[in-house]
Amino acid sequence: MTAASWPASRRAIVRQSLSVGVATGAYGISFGALAVAAGLSTWQAMVLSLLMFTGGSQFAFVGIIANGLGAAPAAIAASSMLGIRNGLYALELTHLLGVRGAGRVAAAHLTIDESTAVAVAQGEKRTSRLGFWLTGLTVFVLWNLTTLAGALIGNLIGDPRTYGLDAAACAAFTALLWPRLRSRDAVAIAVVGAVVAVVLSPTMPPGIPVVAAAGACLLAWRSPKEVQR
Amino acid sequence: MSLWAAILLAAAIAFGTKLAGHLVPAHLLERPRVRRLTGALPIALLAALVATQAFTGPGGAFVLDARAVAVVVAVVALLLRAPFLVVVVLGAATAAVLRALGWA
Repeated sequence: MTAASWPASRRAIVRQSLSVGVATGAYGISFGALAVAAGLSTWQAMVLSLLMFTGGSQFAFVGIIANGLGAAPAAIAASSMLGIRNGLYALELTHLLGVRGAGRVAAAHLTIDESTAVAVAQGEKRTSRLGFWLTGLTVFVLWNLTTLAGALIGNLIGDPRTYGLDAAACAAFTALLWPRLRSRDAVAIAVVGAVVAVVLSPTMPPGIPVVAAAGACLLAWRSPKEVQR
Repeated sequence: MSLWAAILLAAAIAFGTKLAGHLVPAHLLERPRVRRLTGALPIALLAALVATQAFTGPGGAFVLDARAVAVVVAVVALLLRAPFLVVVVLGAATAAVLRALGWA
């Protein structure tokens, strides 16, 4: 990607942003419908997508709150644990994006798996910035529109898994990670991270295995600069 | 606690977590060794995310199903230098077809 011309990079980023946005947007319909089924009003579903804006946390929150208000502390704990990784993404994004002041608030709000993945997949800061903002905004707009649609008219499209949309997300994240796996250290970090997360998943609350896998980046401690750009 | 209070508190924590990462002073993150670590963070986190999304089921149990096959197909497509959209569509189609056939 580093050698690609700016218009070519731009087209590639637009394709990545839009396809990630569309796949995520389809899940917004599920989220809206599930939130209402869990006892939330349409407004409450909308506020979650507008203000929390991190899909995994939102699904966990409504899944648990469906058991009643007594489950509220557990719902808040689950959504918060699933949100920890966004704070870790931010440590790298703040360097890539170079934003100041109010821009940081906007960047923070759009810091999610999808925008981070597209940003770090790019070869230079200029393309990373375009990828982050375009993906973040595309997902934000589609996620909120489809949350509203799902809350109002229910789950018209059925289970997104029927269309393989869960697998589309896995394939997209794999493809976005791919250009970063050039060095042996990067591959080792990815493999250790993946194995740690899968091994911890049965015994730890959702969200924690992925955060624990972040420890794999300690493999970069001693290495020269191969992992970094 | 009302439902509204729970929603607003959970949203505030989620946003606060994101913002906290963006507010870490730049000079703490610019040291070369720290830069290597934060540069490696998304690699570890996204690989872990893909792995849990593709290989775990309810309760976090290890599962091999249509999603795992889709990731293998995606990796083969990437090795063959397929464009991004092709990789994503192949992943989705693989899982959709396997499920429609009742194979995974």
